[in-house]
Amino acid sequence: MSTIAVEARPPLWRRLVGFNLLTAIVLGIGGWYVGWFAAHGVVGPSIAYFADVDYNELSIFMAYVCGVLGFLIGLGFLNYPFARLRGYPPSLREKETGGVGRYLGLCTDHKVVGIQYLVGIGLFFLIGGLNAMLIRIELLRPDHQVWPAGTYLTIVGIHGTMMMGMMTSGILGPFGNYLVPILIGARRMAFPRIEALTFWLLMAGGVILETTIFFGGFPTGWTGYAPLNIQANAGMDCYILFFALVGISMTLLGLNMIATIVTMRAPGLTWTRLPIFVWGVLSTSALMVLAAPVLIATLLMGMLDRTAQTSFFIAAAGGSAYLYQNLFWFFGHPEVYVLALPGFAIVLELLPVFARKPLWGYRLAVAGLLGVSLLSFFVWQHHLFVSGINADLRPFYMLSTELISIPTGFTFICGMMTLWRGQIRYTVPMLFCLAWFFNFLIGGLTGVYLSDAPSDVTTHGSFFSMAHFHYTIMGGLVFTFFAGVYYWVPKMTGFQLNERLGKIHFWSMFILFNSTFFPLFIAGFLGQPRRVVTYPHNLQFLNDWVSVSAFLLGGSLLLFLYNFVKSLVFDRVPAPADPWGSKSIEWQLPSPVPVHNFDRIPVFSSDPYGYGEPSAPVAAPAGAPAGRD
Amino acid sequence: MSSAPTTAAGQPNHAKRVIVAWLVLSAIATPLVAIFLGPALPPGHASQQASEQVVANTVMTSIVTPVICLLLVFFVYALMKFRTARGGALVDGPPLRNQNTVQVAWVALTSATVLFLAGFGTYELLQNGSGGGQGPSPIAVPSGPKLQVQVIAQQWEFTYRYPSYGGLETSQLVLPENTEIELHVTSLDAIHSFWAYELGIKADANPGNDNVAFLRTKGADTFHVHCAELCGLWHGYMFSNGRVVSASQFATWIKQQQQVFASVQQYMPRYATTYFPDPQRRAG
Amino acid sequence: MRPTTSKLLGVALLVAVAGVLIGFYVSKLTTDQGSPAYTVPVVTAGVHPVVDLTIETVAAVGPTFSPAHPDFVSYLIRDAQGKWRRDTVWRLPANATVHVTIYNFDGASGLRNPYLARPLGIDGNTMVIDGKPLTVIPPDEASHTFAVPQLGLIVPLPGVADDAKNQCGYAPCALSNAHHTITFTFHTGAKGHYRWQCFVPCAAGWIDGFGGPMQTIGYMDGFLDVV
Repeated sequence: MSTIAVEARPPLWRRLVGFNLLTAIVLGIGGWYVGWFAAHGVVGPSIAYFADVDYNELSIFMAYVCGVLGFLIGLGFLNYPFARLRGYPPSLREKETGGVGRYLGLCTDHKVVGIQYLVGIGLFFLIGGLNAMLIRIELLRPDHQVWPAGTYLTIVGIHGTMMMGMMTSGILGPFGNYLVPILIGARRMAFPRIEALTFWLLMAGGVILETTIFFGGFPTGWTGYAPLNIQANAGMDCYILFFALVGISMTLLGLNMIATIVTMRAPGLTWTRLPIFVWGVLSTSALMVLAAPVLIATLLMGMLDRTAQTSFFIAAAGGSAYLYQNLFWFFGHPEVYVLALPGFAIVLELLPVFARKPLWGYRLAVAGLLGVSLLSFFVWQHHLFVSGINADLRPFYMLSTELISIPTGFTFICGMMTLWRGQIRYTVPMLFCLAWFFNFLIGGLTGVYLSDAPSDVTTHGSFFSMAHFHYTIMGGLVFTFFAGVYYWVPKMTGFQLNERLGKIHFWSMFILFNSTFFPLFIAGFLGQPRRVVTYPHNLQFLNDWVSVSAFLLGGSLLLFLYNFVKSLVFDRVPAPADPWGSKSIEWQLPSPVPVHNFDRIPVFSSDPYGYGEPSAPVAAPAGAPAGRD
Repeated sequence: MSSAPTTAAGQPNHAKRVIVAWLVLSAIATPLVAIFLGPALPPGHASQQASEQVVANTVMTSIVTPVICLLLVFFVYALMKFRTARGGALVDGPPLRNQNTVQVAWVALTSATVLFLAGFGTYELLQNGSGGGQGPSPIAVPSGPKLQVQVIAQQWEFTYRYPSYGGLETSQLVLPENTEIELHVTSLDAIHSFWAYELGIKADANPGNDNVAFLRTKGADTFHVHCAELCGLWHGYMFSNGRVVSASQFATWIKQQQQVFASVQQYMPRYATTYFPDPQRRAG
Repeated sequence: MRPTTSKLLGVALLVAVAGVLIGFYVSKLTTDQGSPAYTVPVVTAGVHPVVDLTIETVAAVGPTFSPAHPDFVSYLIRDAQGKWRRDTVWRLPANATVHVTIYNFDGASGLRNPYLARPLGIDGNTMVIDGKPLTVIPPDEASHTFAVPQLGLIVPLPGVADDAKNQCGYAPCALSNAHHTITFTFHTGAKGHYRWQCFVPCAAGWIDGFGGPMQTIGYMDGFLDVV
């Protein structure tokens, strides 16, 4: 008879008190009020401008900043720094507490952070999608207003801003965090607490963005152009704060990834054996780290213009509206490649598994990823072709933008040749990857139209441009996001997702996505501008078709949600450790992956694409004989 | 594309099939697109710039067509031919990691296509700007005398000034046919964008900036003006209709407008390419 | 209870909470920043109805009309009972003659574009200000405009002098407060949804004077619903 004393589980109230999400919310709300009244008391009455506009801008900023600080303190982010200040040794003890509670607080286990990201980003993606449905409701009729005109602009703004802010971490967040340490043979990320911080900053930001509706919304759309953003109401501050938090989150996420990949690779894992997914994460992280700080600086300038009445962006007072446009797009263009590159990486990672062939042209694929990453910093003025930039610049930026399609093409040829003469299996993840080719081809080719300055004169600012980026971002990133979900959820949770429902989800989403966005190219070519509630009557049929398609597309996403919940909460069919027959290292581990990942750090002997080749397993525990190079 | 050295005996030459099918399909589709679809592409032929854009769109569509044909043929073929047998164990495919000829061919083809498009686009752009705003110092300037028309964007209406008619300002844009026109687009407050769809003109209106675009009108026509840059609440309602009319009708219209304008002329600032009204106007 | 039942209840609860949140969100968006439509009563019915429109512009709308934004400038419309309302979406009949009376209680802030200092799109292009017919006002004296660009209508409203006695503070304003009376007539045509706005940058504190009340329906912007 065992004489081990079993610790009684503490009562519910004891478990709720502590540094977790509940405390964080309470302290966050408390911090909000502290900031609000402190700013009111100290500054408010003395500034005439605040009396004119009927709100205290400084109070709003201080309230939110203090709210975010309270939120982070409540989660326990200051515990470790204070512990170290008091002399305690370094530890990752937040990892050790077990149970569901780990997901509702600060956890230094990268796998928990990955799953937190998956659910958190999924939630905000659905909120952004809800706003998209509201937009399409408005565009059903050109002369009837469902939402008041100002509210429509807010809805458009929230949709775009939420999606751009959240989906930049859409693949690096869930899958990067979960998989990168495993794929490189490490037990953790380089900075586990920063990893958790990036997630919670994003969540706080998302809530802040939604509260803009209590402050009158914002009229600028996701690009937030000056001087309109200086002119806007208090709701604009929520946008500025959200994007600042997103910028900080992105910078830290990228930093963490680079540090992990560069310094923590297991023995034997040379750069040429690195899984292509990790290369994708690396090239994306480089963009995040270099571009996001520019956004933060730009938003800071905007905030100063709004509150301290500086004039960075006010032409009449010596500033320039161009400054904002250039700074924003200097960030904005790499930002969209942050969205696109992880999609490339996932497709190239999954195709070998489902074609049972090695990744064709590994070095070419890496060159493609790095090439896109590098070139993305040299193309931003193509958003400004007709803005009145110096005319000499236009041919240069046209060339650089056209050039970026060359490295993008490397991904295509590597993927296509991986399929060539393979043994292709049409599983749900594979279907999403194949759809990527279709969608990104259309997105990429229409990008060629937009990069051609003469053609851009008509298509800039129209629905053509909007359809282009929805094809590349939604058709590219979101489809590969789902590929990743269907592929890796069995590993992350140990349970399978229903294959039949998955296929219905795929086909409905693929058909409806194309049905929603392809007609928008036509609408744009026929002259319908973006962000506009009315349009010529002859475009009504097109818009109605698109709206109905969009509603059904929303339904398809709800179907996915149903599958997700049903399979993981109710059915809970256990998944084998390697349901896809992949040679990659994460599939050699049990599902779900244990807390410390590996019993012993592995030694790598090849890349994970050894299909059809007689070779030793990709990695063996330290001490086992090394396999073929 | 050469076959891999480990082709099993009896395997059909997939590469040859795909290439031949692609070439045939492209040979059929591309001329059809160039001849029938091309001229019907937006934005139409109401001005020289619009026609140039149609040419640009036609060229790009004609190049895009073979690309689409290639991927279509490839995927239809590959996804049908290389499907693994149903049921049964997992079978590995051949370990093809690289074929230099394919890599070189692909990189060469894509680079050539892209460079051609960039070159062609630059050539078109340098004719006269293709209707886009070129900023205060345009480099693609058509020769000859040009009628100066200023487009003033403000929240939320476009007004137009004709400096050669005494700084006459109107709220309707009327232009003479078959004339070279030099548009100066500026804004009084936020960023707007002057988009005359049928004329193929788009130039952003930036405060404190003079954005020049060139236009050569053709025959009499109506056109729609929209604002193409989000500028606030009524951005969606910042539209109007413009007209291209004969020279005599234009002269008559100018005279009419000058009579209407006469009462407010004394208060108008002198014509300038940018204006800086006081940004901090406060209510009394 | 059985685990499946408790899970089902949990999921149902989450769905219900989500539904409530979505419902709240949508209803907030629908009612935010809008204005209910006010049907302007017809004086003389018929093929060409005649309508009287009496509106006023005030320097600060006050907490009675706008608890959230008492310092916003605003238009107010007088209803058939003589009470003032802060609705800026007005329903007018088509092909009608509209006699407009505007009381302006606000001071001048000046037009950004002096081109707009002259009435257009009204009968005779002449407005009557305090009894005097005028075809232009000095742009610096403009306090607000009533403009319906899609109908080609623009009417500048001169402002109360800075040193006038008995200026109105918060609305409602009495006719004993300093004001100007502007009258004019215009005609509606086909049915449609025509936006109207003010063109004077009168939103104090916002850049270019065009923020706040100038960009919010229910204050200085609205619609003419011609039915």
